[in-house]
Amino acid sequence: MVSTYVNPVYAFKPSHDQTANPPTHYPVLIVGGGPTGLYCALDLAKQGIPSVVLDEDNTVSYGSRALCFSKRTLEILDRVGCGQAMVDKGVTWQLGKVFFHERQVYEFNLLPEDGHQRPAFINIQQYYPEEFLVNRIQDFPEIDLRWQSKVTQVKKIGELVEVSVTTPTGDYRMTCDYVLVADGANSPIRESLGLHSSGQIFNDTFLIADILMKADFPTERWFWFDPPFHPGQSVLLHKQPDGCWRIDFQLGPNADRQAWRDPEKVRPLVKAMLGDDIEFEFEWLSVYSFRCRRMDSFIHEDRILFVGDSAHQVSPFGARGANGALQSAENLIWKLARVLKQQAPAALLNTYDQERSQGADENILNSTRATDFITPKNRVTRLFRDTVLELAEQYPFARPLVNSGRLSLPCTYENSTLSTADAVTDKFPKTLRPGSSGKDAPIKALNTAHSAEPWLLPQLGDRFVLLVDGRALPTEALAQLEQVTDLEIVVIAEQITTNYTTLKDSAGLVAERYDLQPGTAYLIRPDQHVAARWRQIHVDKVLAAMQRALGKELV
Amino acid sequence: MSQLNLQANFSDADAFFAALADLHREGDERKSERINARLILLLANHIGDQAVLIEAMHIAAQVTTTDE
Ligand SMILES: Cc1cc2nc3c(=O)[nH]c(=O)nc-3n(C[C@H](O)[C@H](O)[C@H](O)COP(=O)(O)OP(=O)(O)OC[C@H]3O[C@@H](n4cnc5c(N)ncnc54)[C@H](O)[C@@H]3O)c2cc1C
Repeated sequence: MVSTYVNPVYAFKPSHDQTANPPTHYPVLIVGGGPTGLYCALDLAKQGIPSVVLDEDNTVSYGSRALCFSKRTLEILDRVGCGQAMVDKGVTWQLGKVFFHERQVYEFNLLPEDGHQRPAFINIQQYYPEEFLVNRIQDFPEIDLRWQSKVTQVKKIGELVEVSVTTPTGDYRMTCDYVLVADGANSPIRESLGLHSSGQIFNDTFLIADILMKADFPTERWFWFDPPFHPGQSVLLHKQPDGCWRIDFQLGPNADRQAWRDPEKVRPLVKAMLGDDIEFEFEWLSVYSFRCRRMDSFIHEDRILFVGDSAHQVSPFGARGANGALQSAENLIWKLARVLKQQAPAALLNTYDQERSQGADENILNSTRATDFITPKNRVTRLFRDTVLELAEQYPFARPLVNSGRLSLPCTYENSTLSTADAVTDKFPKTLRPGSSGKDAPIKALNTAHSAEPWLLPQLGDRFVLLVDGRALPTEALAQLEQVTDLEIVVIAEQITTNYTTLKDSAGLVAERYDLQPGTAYLIRPDQHVAARWRQIHVDKVLAAMQRALGKELV
Repeated sequence: MSQLNLQANFSDADAFFAALADLHREGDERKSERINARLILLLANHIGDQAVLIEAMHIAAQVTTTDE
């Protein structure tokens, strides 16, 4: 049905590994070429680690699936060179409207904060990011992306993992140090290992109808609770690129799933919703129900690492699936790369499980709350839900209670064993406390080997950065820290005073957002999260914080 | 952190109770339920403090009456 997008077909290519004896060994094998697996391969390549990605299919996502990609996800994709393509293709909305019965209850405008390179979120069909990632992979010869290669078994043997693959021209095996299992929510590999992802199953059935509208329709998000054209249910209308709109219809627990796949059954509903005079065509119809669940541990037998939907799955409300998946991937890859390069102990990987468990729990909590608001479970909760909606029309106080999905925000890794707590005497504000993801701000790069973009975040990431306020430069300390592997000193200053990467705080927003005073310094991890911060640098403290962030205190 | 006030705090307890009874004078239970829901939401927002609200909810959930 999809007319605005043609799925690329990626050819199967036989590999030398099919005849290798003994089986070829790789540092990392990746099962699944969805957003998670593809991203992992790119981030690994950027860290100098080659990998093989195995996907059973020969194309990107069928149908739109994930739609709403958050600012943090765009920043993560920026690190592998795919952010700009996302923003160029995606659409941004700011105005949201909430309807209850036949009336508009209120509208809201998500005015983004100025001074960030990336918008708060964009809408884009999932096949686009996947295609951008596949295209980008062509720039990295160290990534071997193999289509129509289905992994049938993953097995730990001694200190290796053996991976069995089946292809159109035969079966073969490979071995690796670590396998990343990114084979999606139903994860056949997880199940074959006797592992489970557990949580809540929701009884409700939902229908996604992607439609093309001929007429102009505003780029807004409309959410209906219990509308006259679809009584007792909820409906969401969302703009996508290519003149395409996503409509999400709640169908209730007893819906006839087969019947709702018929466009002729859906058509009258859409007509009733949009009005008779709006012409439209269907792009894609999909009936689904969902779960919120996670694995108890994302790491199995030390070397089998689950990442993305295979590890944790959420309901679509709040757009956290792919966003959460990429945050997990980013959290894992810098750690795995350092373990493989023997710059960190294997115990560092356990912090992937700890930090991302927190992220997964946060996402599951948020998406469960939204789901419960949208689909009340009994008469009294429905009464409260409806009362909130009624009050919201007249009284602003009730509006924060209306929950049709909360914007996905990056997880702050509270109490992470990798963070060094602020010294109380340093009197830092709560924002950007250790564990937070770094904030963007406009800058002018006076001297940099990195990005020429006038933004802070592209200067961070991939290695540890000590971001220093240059108004009181501790030259001696820096001269020592300069020698440390995997650490780069980045100075915020008006002029180039040193050999260090120097950024001018062109709008004063770095100082404001990072609460900079002369001498203030932040130690920032390769995933752009804050590891530690100080008002004055002491070499010993910086070194200790970096050791800690590399998990060296864990062994 | 503030705590739920379990001491008498009404400026006019009798008048409050009378007004509450008046609200439900009609006796239509569905309507009463809706009024109660609105009232809870209005008052909860006025209190605002999540810890206090949780304390009140705990106490409310514990109370048992003869017909439970
Ligand atoms: C209807 C719907 C709406 C959604 N909306 C949003 C949204 O708005 N925002 C959001 O962030 N998320 C959303 N999501 C969630 C999002 O689609 C997923 O979170 C995301 O696809 C997870 O990526 P993944 O790479 O982990 O898994 P997947 O995308 O499922 O990829 C798994 C890959 O593994 C491959 N594979 C499976 N088994 C094997 C095997 N044995 N061997 C080799 N390859 C294998 C598959 O071919 C596939 O390519 C939505 C999901 C659905 C279903």
